[in-house]
Amino acid sequence: MRDIAIQIAYIVSAGIFIMGIKMLGSATTARRGNRLSAIGMLLAVIITLFDQGIVSAGIQGYAWIAGGIALGALIGGILAKRVQMTGMPEMVALLNGFGGLASLLVAWAEYATLPALGLIPVSGEMRFTLVVSALTVIVGGITFTGSLVAYLKLSGKMSGRPFLFAGQKAINFVVMLVLAAATVALALALKDYSATAFYTLIGGAFLLGVLGVIPIGGGDMPVVISLLNSLSGVAASFAGFIIGNTVLIVAGCLVGASGLILTVIMCKAMNRTIGNVLFGGFGAAASGSGGAAEQGEMKAVSTEDAYYILEAARSVVVIPGYGMAVAQAQHVVKELGELLENNGAEIRYAIHPVAGRMPGHMNVLLAEADVPYEQLVEMDNINPIMPTVDVAIVIGANDVVNPAAATDPSSPIYGMPIINAHEAKTVFALKRGKGTGFSGLENKLFFMPNTRMIYGDAKATVADLVSQMKG
Amino acid sequence: METLLLLLFIFTLAAFLGFELISKVPSQLHTPLMSGSNAISGITIVGAMIATAHIGGEAAKWIGFGALVLATINVVGGYVVTDRMLGMFKKKDK
Repeated sequence: MRDIAIQIAYIVSAGIFIMGIKMLGSATTARRGNRLSAIGMLLAVIITLFDQGIVSAGIQGYAWIAGGIALGALIGGILAKRVQMTGMPEMVALLNGFGGLASLLVAWAEYATLPALGLIPVSGEMRFTLVVSALTVIVGGITFTGSLVAYLKLSGKMSGRPFLFAGQKAINFVVMLVLAAATVALALALKDYSATAFYTLIGGAFLLGVLGVIPIGGGDMPVVISLLNSLSGVAASFAGFIIGNTVLIVAGCLVGASGLILTVIMCKAMNRTIGNVLFGGFGAAASGSGGAAEQGEMKAVSTEDAYYILEAARSVVVIPGYGMAVAQAQHVVKELGELLENNGAEIRYAIHPVAGRMPGHMNVLLAEADVPYEQLVEMDNINPIMPTVDVAIVIGANDVVNPAAATDPSSPIYGMPIINAHEAKTVFALKRGKGTGFSGLENKLFFMPNTRMIYGDAKATVADLVSQMKG
Repeated sequence: METLLLLLFIFTLAAFLGFELISKVPSQLHTPLMSGSNAISGITIVGAMIATAHIGGEAAKWIGFGALVLATINVVGGYVVTDRMLGMFKKKDK
């Protein structure tokens, strides 16, 4: 009877998750959807307290559970409250890695409680459990170390450049073979080799997660995180098979499938395939392979001169990129926007679908700075009116405004839709220095006759413009 | 074996449902959607609870405890972060 009540509560929980994910997909309901799904999670946790195994563990079992949840909630709460809006991408990566490791540990804990092999005959069902355990460890382990590498790359603790070495693919292939062999060994349930096989699985999965993500450039990290998010769902789902728990299977699988679709959507926005993102080593060999050296030179302009042009402009489009996030410039950018508006100019912010390090990254930052929603324009809506724009201000964006994507078939980003900043009458490109950006590509935009570079920290530059506007 | 088939059945249906749920999501919502579903993948917390209370030995208990802490960080952190992000969007809806 109690079991049935628990199962029914799990079904309700799963239903709530489904509604939650659905609501997260629309702007007006997203916040409610997230809170709803949190309630579903709470329900699942509370009802699990009545699980037969937990009840029979008695007061001691409850103490352990209460301790673990209290500790986790404290750490999670502090991490989530403290993180800056600009640090969101790496925070999501880190949390996702923890989820993957948790699933791996669930599999390990279950494996540790198996009766000693050799004492009882191995049933078919037990073999199935062993195979699923192996899969959970593999997927959970890859999610963990892969997410950690993504975290390090995004937070700048590790270079964002793709890290390639000779024989990389061969090594990956060997690791995969070892993982497959260890899975088979585990399923055979050989008394003497079972533990070795299990630890090999853990080590191999960790290694593959690192090897899989290091060759991927920082600019592609959003896609990688989305894919790893999908994998952490799959790991949770597999863990559900080990312990025969329906809510784990359903919720994990939902995340796995929806995360995969989201990944595909994000790849399409860049006109790439998942395979190209994962195995392309994008940006590593780019410098120098672009054929002829760029024609002309980059022309710099002082903020004073830029101010005069801005003051006369009737329509201004701001194109933010990751550089704006790094410089924490969103608040001064908003201030500049307001001053330009008071000056009679029409101001808009053009958001490329993959600007920044996560899709929607720029929306979050500009929203944080209180930029009115109506001023944020998506790429497809801004491009047709770009030729009528007086000034386009590119703040820390690079690849998403590189005309080579449209004109140069030899460019690695050829075919990626871009914001046509180069069609504006004047382009100001705010840039830290003369080097190439995150992807390592030369940007044709910076060499165009209508482009003026403003070197320096984006925040300082914009603040300078603001003080002159006020002047 | 029958339970197993039933579980596989559930798994398959959930996969199809997951594929269908996400279709046209505006790009600005990609990040919250990712982080919100990331919190849901912390459902492994349920498995961690069961593993922690297991009476299968000291080692299993500690491993389960580690899983429980990590899964809870994932769940709590994931929901709070997502809520903070979506709160930013909300503000200028007025």
